[in-house]
Amino acid sequence: MKRHQRNYILGGAPLACFLGAALIGRFWTPFNPMRIDLRSKLQPPGAAHWLGTDEFGRDLLSRLMAAAGTSVSISLTTVFFALLAGLTLGVIAGYARGWTDRVVMSLNDALLAFPSMLLALALLSITGANMYGIILALGMAYTPSMVRVVRGSVLSLREREFIDASRIMGNSAAYTMLRHILPNCLGPVIVLATSMFGSVLLTESALSFLGLGVPPPAPTWGNMLASARPHIAEAMWLGIFPGLCISLSLLGINLFGDAIRDRFDPRMRGL
Amino acid sequence: MNQPLVEVDRLSLSVRGLSDHQIVRDVSFRVDAGEIVGIVGESGSGKTMVARSLMNLQPPAISISGGDVRFEGRSVPAMTGKQVRALRGARLGMVFQEPMTSLNPSMTIGRQLEEPLKLHARLDAPRRRERILDILRRVDIRDPEAAFRAFPHQFSGGMRQRIMLASAMLLKPSLLIADEPTTALDALVQREVLELMLEMVRDEKTALLMISHDLPMVARYCDRIIVMRQGEVVEQGPVAEIISRPRHDYTRELLQSMPMRGPLRIIDQAASAVVEVKGLEVEYRTKAGLLAPKTIKKALHGIDLCIRSGEIVALVGASGSGKTTLGRCIAGLVPASSGGIFFAGKVVKPGSPAWHHYRLNCQMIFQDPFGSLDPRMKIREIVVEALRHDRQAGRVEKAERVRAVLEEVGLDGRYLDRYPHELSGGQRQRVAIARAVVGRPQFVIADEAVSALDVTVRTKVLQLLADLQRRHGFSCLFISHDLSVVEQLADRVVVMRDGVIVEEGKRDAIFVAPQHEYTRALLSAIPTLTRTDTGVSLSWRFAQADGALAEALQ
Repeated sequence: MKRHQRNYILGGAPLACFLGAALIGRFWTPFNPMRIDLRSKLQPPGAAHWLGTDEFGRDLLSRLMAAAGTSVSISLTTVFFALLAGLTLGVIAGYARGWTDRVVMSLNDALLAFPSMLLALALLSITGANMYGIILALGMAYTPSMVRVVRGSVLSLREREFIDASRIMGNSAAYTMLRHILPNCLGPVIVLATSMFGSVLLTESALSFLGLGVPPPAPTWGNMLASARPHIAEAMWLGIFPGLCISLSLLGINLFGDAIRDRFDPRMRGL
Repeated sequence: MNQPLVEVDRLSLSVRGLSDHQIVRDVSFRVDAGEIVGIVGESGSGKTMVARSLMNLQPPAISISGGDVRFEGRSVPAMTGKQVRALRGARLGMVFQEPMTSLNPSMTIGRQLEEPLKLHARLDAPRRRERILDILRRVDIRDPEAAFRAFPHQFSGGMRQRIMLASAMLLKPSLLIADEPTTALDALVQREVLELMLEMVRDEKTALLMISHDLPMVARYCDRIIVMRQGEVVEQGPVAEIISRPRHDYTRELLQSMPMRGPLRIIDQAASAVVEVKGLEVEYRTKAGLLAPKTIKKALHGIDLCIRSGEIVALVGASGSGKTTLGRCIAGLVPASSGGIFFAGKVVKPGSPAWHHYRLNCQMIFQDPFGSLDPRMKIREIVVEALRHDRQAGRVEKAERVRAVLEEVGLDGRYLDRYPHELSGGQRQRVAIARAVVGRPQFVIADEAVSALDVTVRTKVLQLLADLQRRHGFSCLFISHDLSVVEQLADRVVVMRDGVIVEEGKRDAIFVAPQHEYTRALLSAIPTLTRTDTGVSLSWRFAQADGALAEALQ
């Protein structure tokens, strides 16, 4: 079995589990993830509550499933945002060059100078900590690296002769960009988008952990981890399960991303 | 008979792990001391692999699966790594094809040339320096002292190839291997470098193994020729014998595919001009830097050119002569800084109302068949895109026209749904030609359209281009550095140099009685070919470069 085939399975399996759980969690969870039941608080994993309960007696499995939905939809929308903004700005800057390129890329480089986490934090203080604010902040924080990659491949593509050939045929610049340049720069973009999905998920969890994510009582893996901290000595399952969710889903995404990269980049295929 | 310098004995090379996948089969030949031998073959014939196995330098994925290579009687594959290294550089020198990449860009010329001397010769630093300066002078590098301290990017391709030659000859090896040494250079520089190389190996009594796809070039300089095809030697022997009496069909095909002067066509000199340019100038501006002032470099200095209806005009010149810039400017890819382009008597400018009409009537075929087709589109989509602006034709009609034009260029329906990477170089160029002519343009620009193709494929593509032109009657501007191709196709020849037209005339006039020194120099690089009953005979124009000619080259 080639490496990328193995990675598809190794990465795809946990990823499919989490996506499935997130999807099911939208419609059905064993218990209501918000319902407080103080009589059964801090119960260890058992027959009734498979993964135990938290300090308010809420079912941990139900909350993890609900949180998966939140995390996945935030991350997906964010990546989609970065993809759309990155492709638009990158293709325009790379194709037009000159002043347009210089303005777009100066702004872009200025944003790239900040770590995404810091940038997201700063933007969150403007947009406010709700779901849309988080998507906007994370999306803007992750767009610059997408712009760089897109512009780079557009710059090299536009020197190829088939772009001249398109002009010779009488095609407009807009048509040439959409029909010839865009499809040809999708390879590296898809690879970047996959790995970006992982780091957005991690950043979102970190923001929640810091209390800047989706506000409680709505569960996210990050804020569940944060609220588990005071109880970690008596109820360690509260910390372990959300932590495992974050690590395993990231591992899955990264392996899957590697597999995709290997497919798109033939130079890596032999490894 | 004394011992041969190199003896290749039933050599077979195969892909490691796949012993039935042989790249080279049962190749045997020998090179004697001081002999000049050429290996001729098309891409994929295995000629480079054979040459590399002489130094045990074949790529790691390829191994010797049979036979032996002996250098001065000792088996090269059986040598230890240390023994082979002692051989490389000292006894065996090599000049590679690509002068842009075969020198280390981050080392000065002096340090690079010093490396083999440090490894193989016991000389102290001042002596080494003396030796390097000597050889740099020998390869005609102006100001060797400065070259010693310079970096490779400061030299042109021809100069770098001279430096490569210097580095290979530095230790006076007994065999020099030159793998397509001048393919990346234009015709004039090619001849200078080759003649220098020949002179040096003759002086040092070094044997030369020259690998090339260019049969006339090999025939001109070598004593013996080895013809390879698909990993096998099809024929070998003395040059004169092979080209005058080839025994193998493939050799005959190679000789047949050497371009010959085509029939003279009568072009009505009173016919209206399809495309005309007057006083065309193109400037490249560099931006003003902190210390450097803004500079303007003129690539074209007031070009006047007229292409009549149904005429094939060849535009020739060495690299840097501005011929490609002129072609791209006429096609509207490079803006003109002054002067005008006239189409059917009316001036056309990008953005003017007549431009779109001109745009559709002026199509272009590019040099690189790998770069000119969108890799993500099927052949069908690539060709039909050229009809996008044809409002009269419906989808069914367009599909029919695409099928018909592909048929015309020799690609049947099976190719419609393939992607460019599934096609060979020649087939791709056919697709590019189909795309250019499908809209029935009145004017086609072919920019080095056959330069990237193998000799036998090149002939077929040229033939196709000539056929299409006769059938559809479009006018053609054929840009090429290769005069032998031009001789076959063109009605009229325009010679350019440094952005100026130096000579212009009917093909036969230019080829028989060139007026300008520069044209004579260009012509000296190609053979005149006469077919004999059994083969061909080659002769060379202006073979003795006289003083005036040499000056014209400077």
